[in-house]
Amino acid sequence: MHLKEKGCYLGIDVGSVSTNLVVIDDDGFVIEKLYLKTGGQPIKAMRTGISMLNESLGKSVNILGAGATGSGRHLASVVVGCDIVKNEITSHAIAALKLVPNVKTILEIGGQDSKIIFVRNGVVYDFAMNTVCAAGTGSFLDRQAARLDIPIEEFGKHALNSSSPVRIAGRCAVFAESDMIHKQQAGHSVEDIICGLCEALVRNYINNLAKGKELLEPFVFQGGVAANQGIVAAFEKELNAKIIIPQYYDVMGAYGAALMAKEKMCQKEYKTNFGGFDISKKEFTVASMECNDCSNVCELIKIISNDTVLASWGDRCGKWSAEGKESAQISISNAAN
Amino acid sequence: MKLTFPHMGNTYIPVKAMLDDLGVNCIIPPFNNKKALEIGTKLAPELACLPLKINLGNFIQAYEMGADSILMTGGCGPCRFGYYCEMHREILSDMGVDMKVITLDIPGNDYNKLLNNVREITGGLNIYKILKAVKNTVEVSKKVDELERLTFKIRPREIHKGATDKIYRSFLYSILKIKGSRNIKKHIDKARNKLLEIQTDKEMKPIRVGIVGEIYTTNDPYSNLYIESRLGNEGIEVTRPVTVSGWIIDHMIKKALHLKGDERYKEAAKPYLGTMIGGHSQETIGNTVLFAKDGYDGVVQIFPLGCMPEIVSESILPSIERDFKIPVMSLIIDEMTGEAGYMTRVEAFIDLLKRRREIDAFEGKGMLSWN
Repeated sequence: MHLKEKGCYLGIDVGSVSTNLVVIDDDGFVIEKLYLKTGGQPIKAMRTGISMLNESLGKSVNILGAGATGSGRHLASVVVGCDIVKNEITSHAIAALKLVPNVKTILEIGGQDSKIIFVRNGVVYDFAMNTVCAAGTGSFLDRQAARLDIPIEEFGKHALNSSSPVRIAGRCAVFAESDMIHKQQAGHSVEDIICGLCEALVRNYINNLAKGKELLEPFVFQGGVAANQGIVAAFEKELNAKIIIPQYYDVMGAYGAALMAKEKMCQKEYKTNFGGFDISKKEFTVASMECNDCSNVCELIKIISNDTVLASWGDRCGKWSAEGKESAQISISNAAN
Repeated sequence: MKLTFPHMGNTYIPVKAMLDDLGVNCIIPPFNNKKALEIGTKLAPELACLPLKINLGNFIQAYEMGADSILMTGGCGPCRFGYYCEMHREILSDMGVDMKVITLDIPGNDYNKLLNNVREITGGLNIYKILKAVKNTVEVSKKVDELERLTFKIRPREIHKGATDKIYRSFLYSILKIKGSRNIKKHIDKARNKLLEIQTDKEMKPIRVGIVGEIYTTNDPYSNLYIESRLGNEGIEVTRPVTVSGWIIDHMIKKALHLKGDERYKEAAKPYLGTMIGGHSQETIGNTVLFAKDGYDGVVQIFPLGCMPEIVSESILPSIERDFKIPVMSLIIDEMTGEAGYMTRVEAFIDLLKRRREIDAFEGKGMLSWN
């Protein structure tokens, strides 16, 4: 009952591989965190997450605000009803700054992208995100683990047992895989190959993202891949420094989103957009269409629930998205009443 | 002869004005879109840069509309662009597309070739008429750039969001129906007056971002995913020093007459890049330094994947970033660019700039507000 009086904030991070939900209390402590597989169905994952939160916390907390981040942040904001929608880079930086206030460099490897964030005097000073290639991200590791028939949780441990890592060409995930297969056929041990892979990914990460920039301690490593001891060891070797892995390393995006929601709701008296835990029972469908009204030929995405268009996006002129915004506000306020 | 020419941002406006004045029948291809890029990607070598691919798409679309000749500019800079008209000619003839490619090149010594080309386009050599048309073209291109600069100023300050975009977009479409430089100039003035009527917040001090990089991708809104309008609608004032009129005046006319243009950027770039290495890399470096000295909040560099001059600039920019403490973000574009990832970077960059300004405003103490 204590929590209900103080109020809590929800953060949701819909990524390509995982969908994470975090509930924090007024002081920014995590009450509940969920790490779910997106499995290509973000709406289903979100509904599962919300209903799980409903079971564990539904009666005892009062959600005062919600924030969304991740590549599916716009979808999350419509489906769950969020007060703030922010990109992953900002969310990750805020979360890291909260847990490790003196952090200078944030290493983050997610499902489909990797980022490096430079922090100076508590402000994001610069950042980089992989541009033309997604080699060296969570999905690739997942796939290699599956191919070698090793559970992803133990994948990194194997790397630590290597005595002489092989060198893997890590520029592109597809070529890295064929190089790995080649090394396998040549008779190298699985441990040496996994260790070589970890080193290749780290080398690729540093070469692509940190080019020409100053890497200063302390380093914080977050994202699902931070659980991989092999990658952590490879980072420590490459950077010749200690790597800090924060407490909530796997749900930092959602944590950051929750912190931002809290910040926003505390600034002014807003009425939250959060649709309540009931949304797990609502049906959502997504439709896409091409708008042929001008030469841009934009691909539109519409989110529909009970025959009402909650939101649409993808248009450059704002004709459709503006329409969607109005109806979304109406339907969300209806849902709240 | 039905002449067509490739799109590059607003270049079509001055070029149309010139061809109208010269009495040449011209066909303007549809504005750059997915279709044009798809056609170009199919025809062009895989590693050719985005501008070449879109150009090819433009030509094929114009051909379908009835065009039979192409007007291109050449160049002798070390960037691959100088060779593009030859590439276009070869690719189109391989495809069995029967189009004549006319290259307007800056003459070294051989003025005859240029004159022959001009004669071919205009169907005669009335020097007085041509000089008048050139003068009007320069005026139109200057006016177009001024109009664009005005949208950069008004967009972040407008009170009703989207007002600038609406007027500007309808201007870009309606100009296609207007003939002759005189009418085009009038039309630009009309659009300018309409823009000036937009209600703005006069007190606002928007975040200022400079846009540098390769000329095609910075000038063409389709290729850079409308970055100027997006930044503007987020309340950011953008400045882009490399423009169409600058290119026509400095690179075509002044070079042909051996006159000197505005070269402040060269002086500014000196400590980092002392010589012209092709493309617009020296401009990119020099203008970034000038922006930093001018107190801008950030710089965005845009270039197509594989653009050699800009890759050189990209590797120099971190030292400017360090020396002047100005954030610089590089965006690389090709037909594989995913819009979602691109927008994530732009959004994060905006957050970064806003946050830095907030910290400055509170003398380094800063308050946490990310909204």
